[in-house]
Amino acid sequence: MALPLILIIVLLVGYPALFSIHMATLNKSMERFVGFENFTFLFSRETFWMVVRQSVVFAVTAVVFKALIGFCVAHFVHNIPAKGQRKWRGMLLVPWVIPPAMSTLAWLWLFDPSYSAFNWILEGVGIAPVNWLGDPNWARFAVILVNVWFGAPFFMIMYLAALKSVPEQLYEAAAIDGANWWQKLWYVTLPMMRNIIAITVLFSLIVTFANFDIVRVLTAGGPVDQTHVFATWAFKLGIESSDLPLGAAVSLFMFPILAIAAIFILRDINQRGNEA
Amino acid sequence: MARVTLRKLVKNYEETPAVRGIDLDIADKEFVVLVGPSGCGKSTTLRMIAGLEDITGGEVLIGDEVVNDMPPKDRDIAMVFQNYALYPHMTVYENMSFGLRLKKVDKAEIAKRVENAARILDISELLQRKPKQLSGGQRQRVAMGRAIVRDPKVFLFDEPLSNLDAKLRVQMRTEIKKVHQKVRTTTVYVTHDQVEAMTLADRVVVMNGGVIEQVGTPNDLYHFPATRFVAGFIGSPAMNFIPCRLEVAGGGLAARLSPEIAFPVPHAREARYRPYLDSGNLLFGLRPEHIVEQRPHAESDQHAFEVPLEVTEPMGMETLVYFEIGGVEVCGRVNPNAGAQSGHRMKLVADLANMHLIDAASGKVL
Repeated sequence: MALPLILIIVLLVGYPALFSIHMATLNKSMERFVGFENFTFLFSRETFWMVVRQSVVFAVTAVVFKALIGFCVAHFVHNIPAKGQRKWRGMLLVPWVIPPAMSTLAWLWLFDPSYSAFNWILEGVGIAPVNWLGDPNWARFAVILVNVWFGAPFFMIMYLAALKSVPEQLYEAAAIDGANWWQKLWYVTLPMMRNIIAITVLFSLIVTFANFDIVRVLTAGGPVDQTHVFATWAFKLGIESSDLPLGAAVSLFMFPILAIAAIFILRDINQRGNEA
Repeated sequence: MARVTLRKLVKNYEETPAVRGIDLDIADKEFVVLVGPSGCGKSTTLRMIAGLEDITGGEVLIGDEVVNDMPPKDRDIAMVFQNYALYPHMTVYENMSFGLRLKKVDKAEIAKRVENAARILDISELLQRKPKQLSGGQRQRVAMGRAIVRDPKVFLFDEPLSNLDAKLRVQMRTEIKKVHQKVRTTTVYVTHDQVEAMTLADRVVVMNGGVIEQVGTPNDLYHFPATRFVAGFIGSPAMNFIPCRLEVAGGGLAARLSPEIAFPVPHAREARYRPYLDSGNLLFGLRPEHIVEQRPHAESDQHAFEVPLEVTEPMGMETLVYFEIGGVEVCGRVNPNAGAQSGHRMKLVADLANMHLIDAASGKVL
């Protein structure tokens, strides 16, 4: 029964993973085994540590904002009468449905140094234009903003499903017990949603950490490699600079970081178990 | 402790009326059960008392205070829900103490009250468990414990036994009665189960279609129903209703149920029923327990008749017999040793001292 599944996993996950590990141990021309040389080389480069920092800041900040915005919007949608709720749900999901490479092109235009719609608005209220993608800090802000815009609807829909699964009687019991709005949120809603929140954060952390398209289209890692994340830098080294083993070594660094996050989050979920 | 008063209470859901202006006085320490079929407005009434539903019209008073616009937390009530509504992520102790913790009651006082309630309900061993580790009956006790620790003015129960199996329901019913006898708090209890209503209540309120049909003690409702609905709703198996007309017979009155069967009306009721002699829209009502096998010594107001039995249902302590009178299926309860057999004729007696005559048009018991 499980054989087809095992075959698919071996072909699509196991083989590429093992091949990239094998590749990361070869020299640039892929002719000679060099052991951990690619990794030690990376450790010695300042750009590598900058990419580590940027990847962590990018992923953590984006996930935190996506989670917060998703939570607030989910509450907003949950409180809309059922009749109009579907329309709102549909509209709010649009950013997540559009292929990110395409929607990022629209954002690229919004941030464009010459035609930026944001700068046009800023100028309208008397604020000096911002070099969105040319200034390293604003560029970091821009990639995070677009990632949040793209990913928040996913959190919204997951949280909305979680909110709908909280029995109404729990809120009624809390109201009779004397809980105000904030106490209902703190003592009923959040504990009831904890597992969904954890799973969604984990899933989003993995996807955001491995993000490629938004950074690639918006800044291509610039200015001066300041907005590179692991995937875009691995692409730059492996494909654009034709050093596939080094690119493979960079991409492999994502694995231990995500594995540690996954272990912590899944252990927490497992400990709590299904309390319902 | 407090009394609860409902004055012309109305609840409409958009254009649909759920409760149509009911009046009810519940005395301090009284155990009142609201009973009726689904959609009769009993749960809505309870939720309006709790403050979980807005009131369309009328007033709810707890004590002497109108609480229409008071949030649930300020009404000093406690509620036990059908699905228990225990917080799944909290232990039994945390569940029971939650309301007190929100009120910032002293920790020692909380512990004292929780332990006391746990002792009353025999759940002291379960205080550190989570709800998922409890059986249905234990969860029900915890839900009651959560209500007891708050020492409220009024207990509200919303079909609390509906999710339990039949055996546990009977057991928990007794528990609830015992708890009420111990804590003596004014209680409003909603159920669709008339047996639960009869066994628990000091007074039963029978509701139908958003109005109160009758309020009374269980015995009053059983013996003196005011309407056909109450007569049919209270008692199991339900009261038999057979179309009839009144006629003069042998100097008195008789209820003619079919060309072959006419039951003499007890003398004491003749004056009351005589104005309906010409009415063509009457129902004769008699409970199954008042139709029994013929015994050697008939009492006054007992009238013998013989019918072919269609179906018999042995129940152990009694046998239910089904037969037809005037095209209507009628049920009787006979001794299991009386030899009742399907397809055979049997001599039965109707205890007419317990008969009811009902105006079919208005549904009123005459």
